[in-house]
Amino acid sequence: MDKFTTLTGIAAPMPLVNIDTDMIIPKQFLKTIQRSGLGKNLFDEMRFTQDGQEIPDFVLNQPAYRQSEIIIAGDNFGCGSSREHAPWALLDFGIRCVIATSFADIFYNNCFKNGILPIVMPQDVVDVLMADARKGANARVTIDLEAQTVTTSDGQSFGFDVDSHRKHCLLNGLDDIGLTLEKAAAIDSYEATAATLRPWA
Amino acid sequence: MTAPRTLYDKIWDDHVVHRAEDGTCLLYIDRHLVHEVTSPQAFEGLRMTGRTVRAPEKTIAVPDHNVPTTLDRANAATMTEDSRIQVAALDKNAKDFGINYYPVSDVRQGIVHIVGPEQGWTLPGMTVVCGDSHTATHGAFGSLAHGIGTSEVEHVLATQTLIQRKGKNMKVEITGSLMPGVTAKDITLSVIGATGTAGGTGYVIEYCGQAIRELSMEGRMTVCNMAIEGGARAGLIAPDEKTFAYCMGRPHAPKGAKWEAAVAYWKTLFSDDGAHWDKVVTLRGEDIAPVVTWGTSPEDVLSITGTVPAASDFTGGKVEAAQRSLDYMGLTPGMNLTDIKIDTVFIGSCTNGRIEDLRAAAAILKGKKKKDGIRAMVVPGSGLVRAQAEEEGLAQIFIDAGFEWRLAGCSMCLAMNPDQLAPGERCAATSNRNFEGRQGRGGRTHLMSPAMAAAAALTGHLTDVRELMTEAV
Repeated sequence: MDKFTTLTGIAAPMPLVNIDTDMIIPKQFLKTIQRSGLGKNLFDEMRFTQDGQEIPDFVLNQPAYRQSEIIIAGDNFGCGSSREHAPWALLDFGIRCVIATSFADIFYNNCFKNGILPIVMPQDVVDVLMADARKGANARVTIDLEAQTVTTSDGQSFGFDVDSHRKHCLLNGLDDIGLTLEKAAAIDSYEATAATLRPWA
Repeated sequence: MTAPRTLYDKIWDDHVVHRAEDGTCLLYIDRHLVHEVTSPQAFEGLRMTGRTVRAPEKTIAVPDHNVPTTLDRANAATMTEDSRIQVAALDKNAKDFGINYYPVSDVRQGIVHIVGPEQGWTLPGMTVVCGDSHTATHGAFGSLAHGIGTSEVEHVLATQTLIQRKGKNMKVEITGSLMPGVTAKDITLSVIGATGTAGGTGYVIEYCGQAIRELSMEGRMTVCNMAIEGGARAGLIAPDEKTFAYCMGRPHAPKGAKWEAAVAYWKTLFSDDGAHWDKVVTLRGEDIAPVVTWGTSPEDVLSITGTVPAASDFTGGKVEAAQRSLDYMGLTPGMNLTDIKIDTVFIGSCTNGRIEDLRAAAAILKGKKKKDGIRAMVVPGSGLVRAQAEEEGLAQIFIDAGFEWRLAGCSMCLAMNPDQLAPGERCAATSNRNFEGRQGRGGRTHLMSPAMAAAAALTGHLTDVRELMTEAV
């Protein structure tokens, strides 16, 4: 997993609530057995017509936002299916950070496993960031994970919360499995006890 | 004397392997269910790092999302190349890593959330995970069950644990009894209608109250299945005699002395009086009507007696979302929900593909025929549900009513196999998501109970099933 430390990039405004993972990556693209290559189908049904033509109005098709690395969105981003293909598609397109008023739990968790930083901000801050994002490609947003700040193109800075363990893993690009395997003795011991207490499990 | 705890607290406490100073826990996983779509990258990750599956005996795999449900599916040509590769990858991974497996050819194959309980893998007090958001289904047994992403699938395969922070406790109580024609599906949709699709985010929900206790295990699974649609990772129902009776004798349920010990433990699994709830929602069972969704979010729930809302009926970000839903669904504000004509009926899915669901639909359809021109299909949740429905004569009722009688799988719920809606095609569906494009690009989904879907098949439009029940009396 790539580290996430700081990021300065274009933010795409997506002022919709309930952007679900079926929208982010429709089911026909879940048949891959790889993690890579999904970026071309990110938001497929919003981005392309049925015969594959770009829909010019869609934000990521607009010249100013084609290189977006950040998405600003409404409530409950990433709701629905647990498909990790959603963060894989975002990452493959080049999105490293999503800022919204709230996230669905599984999607939120999946982001951290892939080097994407999801940031929860209150509505008034999201409103400011959305307005800033609407200025286009010259308005670059800066995210500093160590300092836990988001700074708009005109220098307004906002703090955000992030779980300390997840922050540590993102900053260092750490693999969870490796960390957990260091606790193998604790797992062995738990299993031995559980085999006595709940032998049917 | 320990402080009063909720059911969630108790299951959590019994599964903590390690607790870090910041409260992050390593949680032990008793059952890991696996399907073909969200697992290939996880197994590949194990191979690349030379890791193994820590507890193959606690890992159960079944292909369900991709598999065709037509009777000719044994013919490989019915599957697209990419689907075939994905199912073949699961075949190989199950064999290579020695995990329990129900291949497409096995009569026990079906939707992973139906197979788990049916085979006795899911038991009270367990932690159950699967790379699928509808894992919440298993909470009906009083097990802590939730969906995970593929990275976490790999983590569980390698370590039999998950890194978790504890969620908050939410109690959803349904008092009193349901009225005739109202089902578990109406409960779970009505709760989402009341709390919104993000109302449960960060919580584990425990459903309780008389109306929940009165539900069968099948109905309880329907309720918990859609906890995720309300934003909650997991839904729970405390186990009781109905739970024990369902589990007893299942192939992987304990037997003899182990059974006795298990039941003694399971009887301790309830929320103590005085336990702390972070949020409480109460609905009166008598107030719940047969409901349908009108929009493209499961929170867009209305009584079938209602009318299509206008965007101006909402506030905040929901105004734009409601307008987008109305445009997508092709509906006019103010029209009666019962005037919405449908093209297709889909009965099945992990929400409503169990035997009780098929009985409820068949009771409405018995001796009748679907409206001309309607496409209608029943997709049983598992091969065993299908066999039972055939034995009970339900299959013949569906066939006589003009329904297609399919083999088991996820089918049109998410349309990864050939069962899909065409653009603009409108479907009365017993599944769990009405998102844009969920059942096929441009497809329009109205969620409802199996009885309501059967009623819609007979009339060709959304219908209050209670009217057909009155006719029958």
